[in-house]
Amino acid sequence: MKKYIVKRLGLALISLLLLSITIFLLMRITGDPAVLLAEPGASAADLDAIRQQFGLDRPLWTQYVSFLTHLLRGDFGQSFYYRTDVFELYLSRLPASLLLASAAMAFSLLVGIPTGIIAAVRVNQWWDSGGKIFALLGLSMPSFWVGLLMILFFSVYLGWLPSSGSGTVFHLVMPAISLGWLFAAVHMRLTRSSMLDVLGSEYVKLARLKGLPEALVISKHAFKNALIPVLTLAGINLVIMVNVAVVVETVFAWPGVGRLLYEGIAFRDFPVVQATVLLGGVMIVVVNLLVDILYAVIDPRIRYEG
Amino acid sequence: MNGSAASSRSASAILTLPRRLAAFRTEGFPLIPIAILMTVMLVALFANVLAPHNPEVGVLGDRFRPPAWQANGTIDHLLGTDHLGRDVLSRLIFGARISVIVGLTVVIVAGFIGTLLGIMSGYLGRWVDQVIMRITDAWLALPGVTFAIFLAAILGPSVSNIIIILAAVYWTRYARVVRAEVLSVRERDFVRLAVVAGCSKGTIMRRHILPNVVNSAIVLATLQLGQAIIAEATLSFLGVGVPPPMPAWGLMLADGKKGMMAGYWWLTVLPGSCIMLMVLSANLLGDWLRVKFDPQLRQL
Repeated sequence: MKKYIVKRLGLALISLLLLSITIFLLMRITGDPAVLLAEPGASAADLDAIRQQFGLDRPLWTQYVSFLTHLLRGDFGQSFYYRTDVFELYLSRLPASLLLASAAMAFSLLVGIPTGIIAAVRVNQWWDSGGKIFALLGLSMPSFWVGLLMILFFSVYLGWLPSSGSGTVFHLVMPAISLGWLFAAVHMRLTRSSMLDVLGSEYVKLARLKGLPEALVISKHAFKNALIPVLTLAGINLVIMVNVAVVVETVFAWPGVGRLLYEGIAFRDFPVVQATVLLGGVMIVVVNLLVDILYAVIDPRIRYEG
Repeated sequence: MNGSAASSRSASAILTLPRRLAAFRTEGFPLIPIAILMTVMLVALFANVLAPHNPEVGVLGDRFRPPAWQANGTIDHLLGTDHLGRDVLSRLIFGARISVIVGLTVVIVAGFIGTLLGIMSGYLGRWVDQVIMRITDAWLALPGVTFAIFLAAILGPSVSNIIIILAAVYWTRYARVVRAEVLSVRERDFVRLAVVAGCSKGTIMRRHILPNVVNSAIVLATLQLGQAIIAEATLSFLGVGVPPPMPAWGLMLADGKKGMMAGYWWLTVLPGSCIMLMVLSANLLGDWLRVKFDPQLRQL
């Protein structure tokens, strides 16, 4: 068990190292990093000051070491646009992102799990087909287009919901649905296949042989076990949602981390862009690590396989 | 019921074309998705013949004209015009070209890299396998969309940059899937015989392993085609993809936002519908191929 956790931890560290090296090299190789890190329209003297500050005249590997030590101290630099510490800026935007992701997750589970179960219980009937179409649409429509369509319909034509901003529950409805639909589709498909697996298992057959009513078999015996993989995936997806919300947050002017990334790109505020990508990567690596460890705790087979 | 099915199958040799197509449909053959994909490709190929106007030049006096069937619309601009007076139909037609080129090139390049690494990893084993799989794992852990946006922001907007970026993000799944397949194929008799016969490792990988894993790679490529098209549209929408004034569907949606609050629906509904139709078709085709090549997944 200990060996397994150490190994996973090592792999996670490799991922993080690779992420930091990639971002570091890309910033250095593609053009003059001083130009990227300096404010737009900086003078030649400013550029020289930046080169001095980041030691851009030194060998590449010493530059990387100092880049890494700065990151480890939580020093991601200053935002040109907001004139504040980038890390603090990121943390100040995180709650809004988490709120949106939680709402989208609630939507995706509330829709995905029941439709997935019904689709599994009524295979090849119209419920199943309806669920399939819903999932297929979720996987085939860009989330930002769903958002735009909803704004067009509910804000512009009907005037029911605010088209952008945040503050009330009404502001949350459309961003949550456009972000959550794709995940609802994913959760529905997983619930359905997981449910089909469980329904074919020995203990469900036994429950039926005992003469339990079908509703009880499904709700008490099958449902609970089928839910485990779905909820695990949902945990990972919550973090992924925070990171893929860029485009939805942009459409609805939602003040989260994704919107910060978009602003960073629009204003060429590179310290912000760099920090958002790095911290997003850290979040995903950490969650993957936690899930791996959790699995090993639950299922002994995994930790012996190593 | 059974009898009629059997007799129709025995007579299949003399079936006429429409009846053959009908037979395909009952087996779940994705006729409509394939027709849609073919149409999009033909439109992309003959864009300069089909488009009634120059997609990048508009007449400002004609801006925000609605589609022909609405009041104030003209036959000259069948699907209306955008904020610069450019013809929407022409931009949609030329936009198909960008989606097709980006989508196909991305899945081909990513598929090539991933399949190559997957075969090497699975067949050569040992440290080659370790190195390739560790890199793949680390790469999979990166936040795909965010990372693509970061790359795009650094490299600058251009069609070739998008292809490079998306291929760099998408190769990992091929490597994983292909490696798993190779692990089982390499234990089969014909591979062992090839080793005994003295074939070099390169020959075995090219002549004996590759043909057996190429099906999986094609299924994956079809399923990823839609994702690549959505990713391109997303990057273009955010302003880090296809540079304006090129007519990409994602870029049209970004422009369409300018007229949305005034109710100019065609600028939002039409480009998005094109994306959806194409991605939906690719997904349906991919699902069908997956079931066809891998009967185990048929229940899913």
